[in-house]
Amino acid sequence: MLEFEAVNTLYRRGRIIDPGVGTDMTADILVLEGRIIDIGPEIDLGMDLQNTVKEVDLRGLWVTPGWVDMHVHLREPGEEYKETIASGTRAAAAGGFVAVACMPNTKPVNDCAAVTAFIRKRAREEGRCHVFPVGAISKGLKGEDLSEFGELREAGAIAVTDDGRPVMNSLMMRRALEYARNFDFPVISHAEDLGLAVGGLMNEGRVSAMLGLRGIPAAAEVAMIQRDVTLAELTKGRLHIAHVSAAGSVRVIRAAKARGIAVTAETAPHYFTLTDESLVGFDPVFKVNPPLRGAEDVAAIKDGLADGTLDAIATDHAPHSVLEKDTELEYAANGMIGLESALPLVLNLVKEGVLTPSQAVAKVTINPSRILSLPLGRFKKGELANLTVINPETAYVMDSRTFQSKSRNCPFDGRAVQGHAVLTLVDGRPAFSRLER
Amino acid sequence: MPFKRKDLLGIRELEVHEIEHILKIAASLKEINTRPIKKVPTLRGKTVVHLFYEPSTRTRTSFDIAAKRLSADTFSISGSTSSIVKGETMLDTLKNLEAMKPDVFVIRHSASGTAHRLAQRTPASVINAGDGMHEHPSQALLDMMTIREHKGRLDGLTVLIVGDIAHSRVARSNLWGLSKMGARVVVCGPTTLIPLEFDQLGASVCHRLEEVIPEADVIMVLRLQKERMQQLLLPSLREYAVVYGINASRLSKAKSDVIIMHPGPMNRGVEISPEVADGPHSVILDQVTNGVAVRMALLYLLGQRQESSGTV
Repeated sequence: MLEFEAVNTLYRRGRIIDPGVGTDMTADILVLEGRIIDIGPEIDLGMDLQNTVKEVDLRGLWVTPGWVDMHVHLREPGEEYKETIASGTRAAAAGGFVAVACMPNTKPVNDCAAVTAFIRKRAREEGRCHVFPVGAISKGLKGEDLSEFGELREAGAIAVTDDGRPVMNSLMMRRALEYARNFDFPVISHAEDLGLAVGGLMNEGRVSAMLGLRGIPAAAEVAMIQRDVTLAELTKGRLHIAHVSAAGSVRVIRAAKARGIAVTAETAPHYFTLTDESLVGFDPVFKVNPPLRGAEDVAAIKDGLADGTLDAIATDHAPHSVLEKDTELEYAANGMIGLESALPLVLNLVKEGVLTPSQAVAKVTINPSRILSLPLGRFKKGELANLTVINPETAYVMDSRTFQSKSRNCPFDGRAVQGHAVLTLVDGRPAFSRLER
Repeated sequence: MPFKRKDLLGIRELEVHEIEHILKIAASLKEINTRPIKKVPTLRGKTVVHLFYEPSTRTRTSFDIAAKRLSADTFSISGSTSSIVKGETMLDTLKNLEAMKPDVFVIRHSASGTAHRLAQRTPASVINAGDGMHEHPSQALLDMMTIREHKGRLDGLTVLIVGDIAHSRVARSNLWGLSKMGARVVVCGPTTLIPLEFDQLGASVCHRLEEVIPEADVIMVLRLQKERMQQLLLPSLREYAVVYGINASRLSKAKSDVIIMHPGPMNRGVEISPEVADGPHSVILDQVTNGVAVRMALLYLLGQRQESSGTV
């Protein structure tokens, strides 16, 4: 997968934050032939390793399990002009991610073993990080017939979703939750009532009323999540709510968890960073579905992250070219790229006091790994090293022209941020590095 | 510091002194329209492009007459939303027109914010002739001019806007403009056609006409579009006419000097009855007359932008 050699390195005195095992300490981490051999204070290499193992001083830097983005659109197959598996995984590695779960709304849709196998093959050939395909709930995302979950599982899919579209038919959603249990798939819900959202371009509220843009009420999301948790309770299926944007959604998920329903949820950096005020200039870069909400929703999302209602942070990386984005707002496509902007925005939650470093890291490592049953997200001696080294202090201005992604639809350009990935090790190999060689 | 803007995109961003200045210029230019020779050389050699992506008779004609009376060269591009589906967007068209070095674009488009997007892309001046449900600044300006002609002032008046507030760019631009000028704006219509948040935007919101008609110095009636039934916003035009139509019996409860306005085109018998539209309180045709003067003022102010001085 990677052209680079497995590392033989002793990383000295980094701050090792591994929420999966409850670690937050300054320590060394020894990687030999790409495998984590030891983690501890002042590791002694001994005579025989001193000459072959490089030592790298990581004082002031964080060392975390490799970040996992459980929600991205890689656009391959079918829309390679927006992103490819090669460019998307390069972007992921540059953003500190060692793994991405890619959504099935490609062309053709990933609703069968052949497409899943194709994605995995391309990832093996050209990918810079782990790629875990998510299969479609319904064939062609049409909401009519179930995809063959067993075959998808066999080919390497790790979950199912119709992301990009909701499952409007409640019976279809019931059956998906039931049938997915055979394969231990979580069912990822894009929660949106299309009837309520019809024609909407942004969040419905004061700003949409002012701008004369059709609104999408938060109720379109909240009502669907309410339905889905009700069905999860009925079926005992595993439900995961994608891209939670609204205060009401956080309340519904919190209550469902309190009742013991098997539901997990993610939000995205733009939902805890931006509000619908961003639309005042009519710039399509801020057009996304679900839409950017109000300040009270942003506060509720942060509360949901802090109290664990929202388990994971995923980017919903959605590359679009100028063809889809450089138009009138009404005709522009929904979505923003996120792989290379997420890290400083997640770290900002720590600076704001919303999350502890350990909580923040959990949202992008152990939690998404557990939801998707991935063998990632925490350090284990003897395993290939999947880790992210972070400089949490580096200050810079976000500039998507420097990104690895093929697309430039980044809503954070020009924003002063702090923190970036210094090294991303994928299976013991440097997928991205700012360290001097 | 009267008016230094490159574009006129909306009323919301204007200062009171800018509105005053536009209205003052419009009042002084209005006289040209009553001369035997209705033409002055003010914008000779300037090119005004009318980009109309939405059907319009009144506004388009009004802008065209205004430009011609100032001696500008004008040409019109009609676009339809179907060409957008085919892949040609307004911004594509713009790139071609840009090469012909126009001085002013006048744009009407069904998508909110399009005039703003255009203005960011061109060194030429842009006048928003109506963008989606967002703003229709020249309409609000001609409405303010008309109210002031009849009432002598804007400050302290109660202006009642009746109808489909949610989908109306005219309502929004008038709300911003009239509020800035010191008038009280009351919006009235069925709950499905007024967003809940409108009271946060400076309007008084009311759903019962009989409660507000006696207070109104001005009643501005908005067009009700027929597709609102398909969107489940109204059960029928008939019920709308019964509950919210402005007719003679409702008008009898109003102040004796109330004026009736309508931005056109009217659905007679739906939002306004014929006897009210053509009655003694109606100033609807004055609005049309003032529309030319206001648009001359806008073209004059923006078309003269690069020059140190200009005379009318």
